[in-house]
Amino acid sequence: MMNSKKHRIRWGFIMFFTPVILWLGLLIVIPHLDLLRMSLLKADYLGESGFTLNHYRSFFTEPIYWLTFVRTATYSIIVTAIVLIVSLPVSFYVTKIANFKVQGFLMILLLLPFWVSELIRIYGWMILLRESGVINKFMLALGLWDKPVEMLYNDVVMIMGLVYTTILFMAVPIIGVMESLDDSYIEAAYDLGAKKITIWSKIIIPHCMPGIMSGSIMVFMLVIGSYLTPNLMGGKNSLWFTQQIYNQFILYFNWNQGSAFGFMLLFMSSIIIWAALKVTGQNLSKVVK
Amino acid sequence: MQIDLSVKDVVKKFGQFTAVDRVSFDVEDGKFFSILGPSGCGKTTLLRMIAGFYEPSEGVIEIRGKNMSNVEPNKRPVNLVFQHLALFPMMDVKENIAFGLKRRGEKGPGVYRKVNDLLERVGLPDSGNKKINQLSGGQKQRVAIARCLVLEPAVLLLDEPLGALDLKLREHMKVELKKLQVEVGTTFVYITHDQSEALVMSDKVAVMNSGHFEQVDTPQNLYGKPASSFVAQFVGDNNQFIGKLAKNESGRFFLLTDDNNKYFIDSPSDVKEDGRAELYIRPEAMIINPAKENTILNKVKVSVKAILFDGGNSRLLVNPVGSSKDMIVSLPQNRQFDYIKAGDSIEVGWDPTSSAFFKESGVKTYDEF
Amino acid sequence: MIRTLPSSKLYKNSFHIFIIIYFVFLFAPLLVTCILAFNDSMFPSLPWNGFTLDWFFSDGPEKIGIFHDDTNLRSIFVSFKVAVAVSILSTIVGTCAAFLFEQEDFRFKNLLYFLMIAPLVIPGVILGISILVFTNNLGLFMEEKLGLDVGFLMPGYWLVVLGQFSFITTMVALVVSARLKKFDRTLEEAAYNLGANRLEVIWFITLKFLKPSIIGGAALAFLMSFENFNTTLFLTGSESTLPITLYLQVRDGSTPVINAISFLLILTTSIFAVINLNKPSGEKG
Repeated sequence: MMNSKKHRIRWGFIMFFTPVILWLGLLIVIPHLDLLRMSLLKADYLGESGFTLNHYRSFFTEPIYWLTFVRTATYSIIVTAIVLIVSLPVSFYVTKIANFKVQGFLMILLLLPFWVSELIRIYGWMILLRESGVINKFMLALGLWDKPVEMLYNDVVMIMGLVYTTILFMAVPIIGVMESLDDSYIEAAYDLGAKKITIWSKIIIPHCMPGIMSGSIMVFMLVIGSYLTPNLMGGKNSLWFTQQIYNQFILYFNWNQGSAFGFMLLFMSSIIIWAALKVTGQNLSKVVK
Repeated sequence: MQIDLSVKDVVKKFGQFTAVDRVSFDVEDGKFFSILGPSGCGKTTLLRMIAGFYEPSEGVIEIRGKNMSNVEPNKRPVNLVFQHLALFPMMDVKENIAFGLKRRGEKGPGVYRKVNDLLERVGLPDSGNKKINQLSGGQKQRVAIARCLVLEPAVLLLDEPLGALDLKLREHMKVELKKLQVEVGTTFVYITHDQSEALVMSDKVAVMNSGHFEQVDTPQNLYGKPASSFVAQFVGDNNQFIGKLAKNESGRFFLLTDDNNKYFIDSPSDVKEDGRAELYIRPEAMIINPAKENTILNKVKVSVKAILFDGGNSRLLVNPVGSSKDMIVSLPQNRQFDYIKAGDSIEVGWDPTSSAFFKESGVKTYDEF
Repeated sequence: MIRTLPSSKLYKNSFHIFIIIYFVFLFAPLLVTCILAFNDSMFPSLPWNGFTLDWFFSDGPEKIGIFHDDTNLRSIFVSFKVAVAVSILSTIVGTCAAFLFEQEDFRFKNLLYFLMIAPLVIPGVILGISILVFTNNLGLFMEEKLGLDVGFLMPGYWLVVLGQFSFITTMVALVVSARLKKFDRTLEEAAYNLGANRLEVIWFITLKFLKPSIIGGAALAFLMSFENFNTTLFLTGSESTLPITLYLQVRDGSTPVINAISFLLILTTSIFAVINLNKPSGEKG
């Protein structure tokens, strides 16, 4: 607006810029650079000094590390895909099919669990599924099962838990973009003789792409960085990479190794998100809006 | 007469593009001055320079004799009525009007006395506590003007404030606005692309085209004596003929049009013999089937292509015989010409003094004819 | 296909059934958790032994209700203190960021914007460890080189606040930006034109316009802080926040007092959420 007044001190700019640069500099940029430095340092507590790549080397030489890493990545992608497949029809129902009278109510109902913490929601599933849990008691009482079944602590239930805790982060952005899709596009396509599958693939999905991408990125990030759900619902063999980081930092007090793991996780998640954005032709700043 | 606003050789460049190209004008105290031009002609840029939102690249803007360079927009004795009014939706009507007074440090009941005075003056005495979204389009208009007038500015700037209203209301507001201006006596600088707004309300109108002023004059002169072919085309409707200047045996100048018709003209202005030229005749200057004995008139036989009925503004669309050049002729609705049907051959004529004549400019406005 | 178009009975019914299953899936665990908070049993499980409010009000010795459970009460208080600090800080800085990226122009703006949204794609665990490592190194440096013992650089209240602030600010900035984008800047010009200075314009016009989104952003920040686990895990000191304390109890098994806490949290957040969602101009985060 004041484009020709560069010679004056821009107090407004300084007022906004200072807190933002302090925040991003001191809490995002420098800590991550320090983390990188830490991951390249020789173990300080052994009295060694200088730089080394050993922490990254041990990641590749110890199968338990990179296997967990690959497992985490694969499961995160699977969970994101399931969440997307379930969220699309749900969002479609709420925005386009449900009666106008119940639509607002459904929307509130859908968003309510969004505000309840992950821990409590997982706890609910544990009460339901464990050996002494509600479902077991129910089935035994009905005589459908003759002995209790342990349904917790396996990969399938862990995936279900991850889907459950993250699904609303997909539904919210998709509902947002679907609401902005004018019904008349669908009506026009229908009128011109399109089948449902064509309407979905040519009209609905392309329109919803920004919402789908922002939902997918949110869900993927939450899953890959998840700690609670794999810990509480996964079995003894269901290791998650965040647990490796926790173990290095808190149990073994090997911060250098832990930092290297942290960087590997950051690197992998960035690569996957970058690839997903490239493939779908979106960009990050558009997607977050 | 005191000069309230004086603009001297003002230039505004955005990079390579010159939006305002050496414009100068003075506005006297209490006058209604309009700047009329098509969109993109630089009139909004000019207005924003006066308000202080842009600084001129060159030239000086003076308000009541004071140089305004390096004076911030919030310190200038001018106020602007925005195109979309920019009323503050987070405040009610009286707070909107009191906003500027409070920024000056005025406090207490005096502020609201002034606010109520102004509300009364713009005809909204009981609307002080209304929310902005409870007002109609015309009421919003008046609040926006009241919000500025309460500060008693030296000059009130108006940026096409009627643009958003529908046609009927716009016609009404034109008259209201003129009345209000006469009543309060504040100097108004009004920009618009609507020639009717400019002609109806203004004491003087500047016609602006691609960054410069084509003519600054009274509405009557703009219409009757356009100074350039741009003005002739842009203000009102006109028939345009293009051809070259020639002279007959008796020394009378005429335009030999490209479709081989001869139209006598009053004076060749600055066009040399055989030079390319443009001739403009207003549709209402045309006389249908003029009397035989009237020999001063240019006369041309035409065939009627269509009757464009539009109430009091009805016209004939005609072609000179043997030509496909379209001409528009006013068709008075006094039953005298009810006999004319599409396809008929008639004669039209006009007095050479009622036409305008210029060197060929090649200018075309979006408002053709 | 949609409301206005004809569709087969089968299509409609299968859609309805799908949605019912979805909502059951969504709410079953929450409902069961809440119901079992009132079961007169030592375990959060069936059978139903009758209705009781013991898990809220009982004062021992067998059952300790939440209102007499010092450990959990203390951690709720810690979480509350953290959430208040985080929501104040991140609302202020997030609003500044919204102004900076929506209204100012400067070199490297795109780079800085990318940095601002980066916390969205950094796992919380990594934010936690990076701040832990940095503050620890900074603390060591201060102690060794300057002889200063800086308490707040040790894991504890301030580190938790900083850690949560580092990414919650991004959320607030996005919520406020979304509304600021819809702001008509001619309103600011109008205010200047009427004699206001930059500060008055921001205070009387822009912030008034942003108010619903700032309140929404602060509420979102409070909730995210109150529920945060991943980042807090690495930064917490001797005083744990509620999610950390609850996690240990859930993992190791506990009495239905957890259900009572869950019930209270679900209740308050639901009320919070309904108020937030019903506000017409409020942002949904």
